[in-house]
Amino acid sequence: MSARDPVIVGVGLSDYPVAPHLSTPQHHAQAMQRALADCGLPKRALDGYCSAGMGGAGAEAVAMAEYLGIDHRYIDSTMTGGSSFEFHVQHAAAALRQGLCETVLVTYGSNFLSARGRTLGTGGFAARGAHVHGADMFQAPYGLSLVGAYAMVARRHMHAYGTKPEHLAEIAVGVREFAGLNPLAMYRDPITVQDVLSSRMIADPLHKLDCCVVSDGGGAFVMTTAERARDLRQPAVRVLGAAGGQTHWNISQMPDFTRSAAAKCAPETFAQAGLTPADVDVIQFYDSFTITVLTLLEDCGFCPKGEGGPFVAEGHLRRGGRLPLNTDGGGLSSCHSGMRGVFLIIEAVRQLRGQAGAAQVPGAEVAMCAGSGGFLSGIGTVLLGKS
Amino acid sequence: MEVIRGQEWKRPKPGPDAFERPFFEAAARGELLYQRCPKCGHAQFYPRAVCTACGADPEWATASGRGAVHTYTVVRQNGMPPFKDELPYVVAMVELPEGVRMMGNVTGMSPDEVGVGTKLEAYAVEFEPGLALPFWRPLR
Repeated sequence: MSARDPVIVGVGLSDYPVAPHLSTPQHHAQAMQRALADCGLPKRALDGYCSAGMGGAGAEAVAMAEYLGIDHRYIDSTMTGGSSFEFHVQHAAAALRQGLCETVLVTYGSNFLSARGRTLGTGGFAARGAHVHGADMFQAPYGLSLVGAYAMVARRHMHAYGTKPEHLAEIAVGVREFAGLNPLAMYRDPITVQDVLSSRMIADPLHKLDCCVVSDGGGAFVMTTAERARDLRQPAVRVLGAAGGQTHWNISQMPDFTRSAAAKCAPETFAQAGLTPADVDVIQFYDSFTITVLTLLEDCGFCPKGEGGPFVAEGHLRRGGRLPLNTDGGGLSSCHSGMRGVFLIIEAVRQLRGQAGAAQVPGAEVAMCAGSGGFLSGIGTVLLGKS
Repeated sequence: MEVIRGQEWKRPKPGPDAFERPFFEAAARGELLYQRCPKCGHAQFYPRAVCTACGADPEWATASGRGAVHTYTVVRQNGMPPFKDELPYVVAMVELPEGVRMMGNVTGMSPDEVGVGTKLEAYAVEFEPGLALPFWRPLR
């Protein structure tokens, strides 16, 4: 490892999944305090900052830099939806290598549930006011919900490859098992494939239990150079590779409804790391919906395109499987406060430090995070490794 | 395509600028427009000021008004009016033979009868005098 190689040294979560006592900026602040306490760095050490949000207070990196009091010489407000924080890792890693800064803080926070209820998936997305403009003119009048957008992806995947609702359900069942090990997770009781299939249909073919929760919550992580990390409190986690891309932004523009930009950026990420999917011990993949995970799994090369259903049905993603998924209980069962990408990085770091408690994947040395933003639109993939 | 006038419009209303307005004006005359690039032949929808393939200025072109379901969903939960009063309803991506896809509602058939490949024809609904949006129904 060379001196300026990028590493993650501190992580912190704000209160979740229900935190009516915190505003969005307070989630950012609490997560930052906990990430700094985790690595032992003083706030004044921060000279780089990345953040993204969904509108309102706390959405803009410059506003949050002011609120948190960060005297930065490197700032990144890249907003690709839920995958923003995977892009931040890519950008911060490059900035650290180039010497643009020494220590970068990445934060996310949202009081989504407490402020707006559970409207994100089934209404809030379609509510764009009386007048709509641009691409929305050709979407919003038809009443597509956010769940419905992903349902279109699932439907096409089923049509093209014979993927079954049972295959998708298996993803929710496995993530719920991990949620049972996380005392803070929103839903912890075990579920079966049949439970998923008999839960209410929200937008065919996606059932209620194919959909993530809506919660409050925030997260932060601190990146620095390998050299700087030597005398810090926690073992450094290496950034082995990071890349991103997009195929569309609006769902109506998705070129291939079964394929995301991960098909391009994941191979690039593996090439940077000199690794293959076979080298990955644990994955933290964006689970806004079960179909999100299935698509990312195929596009990242863990199985051929179209074979995600049978692959998942073999149980690989379960606790004790060869590719455990979302060991914190994921968005499907634990925490999804609007943009989940920051939590993927934090849980991967916990796994690679060996600090994941009952959910620890024995001997985990390489973790992959795949963030998805929009409607499988902006995808960021990150490979992290034990130092 | 057939144009339906005089219906009360409760949905979000398109607010097109001068560049986008011809699409909605044409729909109100019964014509379904998309864009084609005179330089490279690329077809695209929604309307934009640039060809997404080669960067040239695209031109309006008239579609046949027929298409087939590429993918779809049946929305069974939506808390927002007016959609909450219309549940369940179908939202589909319709593949046009001209090489573009359009989102739209499929009406005039039970949601359970819709499938990938279902053949459709467009009709237009006026949302204000002289401006209309396309919807889809089974091909007659």
